[in-house]
Amino acid sequence: MSAPVATKNLIEVRDLQVHFGLNTSFKSRLTGRGGASVKAVDGVSFDLAEGEVLGLVGESGSGKTTLGRALLGLVRPTAGSVKLRGEELVGQPERALRPKRRHLQMVFQDPHASLNPGMTLQTALAHPLQIHKLTSGNAETEAKVRETLELVGLYPTERFATSYPSDLSGGQKQRAAIARAIITGPDLVVADEPVSMLDMSVRAKILDLMIDLKHRIGLTYVYVTHDLASAKFFCDRVAIMYLGRIVEIGTVDEIFENPKHPYTQALIRAIPEPNPDKALPRDLPRGEIPDAARPPLGCAFHPRCPKAFDICGWESRDMRAILEQRWVEGGEDLYNAERPLVGDLEKLDEAGHDAFVPAGSGKDPGALLAMLEKIREEEPDEPLWKGVNAMNAEAHGVRIAFEPGIDPPLYDTDSSRAACLLYKPE
Amino acid sequence: MTATSTVTGTPDKPPIAEPPKRRGGILSKIAQPYKQSHGIQRFMLVTGTLVSLLFIFMAIFAPLIAPFSFDTYQSDGVRFPTQGEPSDLNPWGTTVQGFDVMSRTIYGARTALEVVVLAVAFSLAIGVPLGLISGYVGGWVDRILVLIMDALFAFPYLLLAIVAAFLLTNTIDSGIVVTAIAITVVYVPQYFRVVRASTLSAREATYIEAARAMGARPRTIIGKYLFGNVIQSVPVIATLNAADAILTLAGLGFLGLGIQPDEAAEWGYDLQRAISDAGAGIWWTALFPGLGIVLAVTALTLVGEGLNDVLNPTLRRRRVKKPVISSSAVGPASAPEVESEVG
Repeated sequence: MSAPVATKNLIEVRDLQVHFGLNTSFKSRLTGRGGASVKAVDGVSFDLAEGEVLGLVGESGSGKTTLGRALLGLVRPTAGSVKLRGEELVGQPERALRPKRRHLQMVFQDPHASLNPGMTLQTALAHPLQIHKLTSGNAETEAKVRETLELVGLYPTERFATSYPSDLSGGQKQRAAIARAIITGPDLVVADEPVSMLDMSVRAKILDLMIDLKHRIGLTYVYVTHDLASAKFFCDRVAIMYLGRIVEIGTVDEIFENPKHPYTQALIRAIPEPNPDKALPRDLPRGEIPDAARPPLGCAFHPRCPKAFDICGWESRDMRAILEQRWVEGGEDLYNAERPLVGDLEKLDEAGHDAFVPAGSGKDPGALLAMLEKIREEEPDEPLWKGVNAMNAEAHGVRIAFEPGIDPPLYDTDSSRAACLLYKPE
Repeated sequence: MTATSTVTGTPDKPPIAEPPKRRGGILSKIAQPYKQSHGIQRFMLVTGTLVSLLFIFMAIFAPLIAPFSFDTYQSDGVRFPTQGEPSDLNPWGTTVQGFDVMSRTIYGARTALEVVVLAVAFSLAIGVPLGLISGYVGGWVDRILVLIMDALFAFPYLLLAIVAAFLLTNTIDSGIVVTAIAITVVYVPQYFRVVRASTLSAREATYIEAARAMGARPRTIIGKYLFGNVIQSVPVIATLNAADAILTLAGLGFLGLGIQPDEAAEWGYDLQRAISDAGAGIWWTALFPGLGIVLAVTALTLVGEGLNDVLNPTLRRRRVKKPVISSSAVGPASAPEVESEVG
């Protein structure tokens, strides 16, 4: 443990990784080791200044919640570093982390589940104080609890102190959860979708409360959400996450006025427009978020990206997706004509820039090559073809050589920082 | 918890006043299933409880109720007849050894109670903490404990109890304790399993993670957050196991294991001694201890099943209470009475 160094940054995160092992094989199930892993958070770096609100925005499965939990050590990072005022948190045993937990708190998504059903608010709120021995004596504890309840707007406090979570509404429960989080006087509060399970009418009130608390007791927030609109309202800076990485990070103005990454652009277009006449065309990203256990090569967003080009990391699995997509859309005749030419599509599942498309049994690889060339001519706009260097017929199929892709780091653009090869400096 | 004098007087004190009544205290908690049950459930619960209480009463006040002690074979210097028919002196007759059947049956309740209470206490003391630890900690600890418990499960329960009783007879003097431990060995895996299963699901609850996030130690989390939410499933199996334990106790006694005849009266042992009587038309030596076993087991089972019906959410049927509209003005605080849900 290094001595605390005074920095203006409250939190510094460097190359943080959280990988979860998948116990697929019998051996890994038995030993708990080996096997494939899901890269829930894969090399994330950012700084968080005191009093700042950082939004982590992304789809389900983008790793935003895991990142939030890893900051607090609730999920153990597999590599990287998280520094709280210069003090390293990653790799510390749970025992050493516990005293620091009073500085790092969390508000959870589901207010109905985040309070112990068997505890009154008085007991629930007093417990963090007792754990960290922040008060001396019951009278002081009770006074502090009452004060905090008042702070989060749960008054008359004598009523709420003796009530159980089941007596409260969703908004009141979330206020109580916030009270529990702030009672130890934390520096950082990770709010994991704190309003997504609340009624619309209550959301704004809870966000207002959180802003109010930020000013009154000097909190720094990490606000995890999938809702860009609330992030715009609440955050100073926003980090857009995709498949465990930050793909774009910048101030709210930069992100919303001038989004750089194609994914961010798509997300912002997806925000519902209140005025139906002004609704923009929604060219949302095609497909689903890929399997995090087997992320795409190169830029993780390239299979869905409308602006992808040659070096984005095209590979064999994209070829399969293109073929299947074509057959689904083209109808039965097209399928019957083309499908027999191609052999086992599973062969394309091995990720690689050198794809081998097997020919159907008894079919001429030349015919397969001709078919692929025809597809290429019919769909010249398909970005995949930009990445194809060569297609050659071989003995039992067609070998396609793709342009080796580049996994983009965060590049500086004229406004935010984006992990997109469009902004790769020459 | 109580409102203290530090609270400044709020001018418009909202009509809250009454704290939730349903959590008044341990007594109201015990009364809760009785209040919630209805129909046949209530009948089962109440009958079972009454008969169980009768047995407990008999057990506690055995010296006052029974005409003689369990090992008395004479009165005023006159020996009782052996296998004597029911008479004024021995209302339920005497056994082949010349003991008073009534006294032995009543004292048998005392033995049963002692053994059952000890066995349930031991099982709870071992099974619940192990289940909590196994479920919460997981990993190797969990696997090893589950393996051991499953191995215990694999044995026929009476065989296991016989082996345990046989092994312990020479190390512990008190037959009651030996039998209690033998029964404990049989029932610990059940508590372990039930508690572990509910711990596993409760462990994933957000409030447990919240407790971790606030810096609580594992011991505190288990004690303050898991225990209270996991323990609710235990009363049902404890009651059902108590019924089962009486049968195991009788089985051991019948086989001559555990409690020695000079230590205490035991229904199973009495039954065993009465086997040859039955063929000779001597009904009273077997009937009364047998009735004791049957009634005690039935009573406890009724309580257990009744509790299960009321407390188990998968068996419980939702009931809609008819709303009672009183003629007087109803304040906003007096919320309509709602069936409170358990668990």
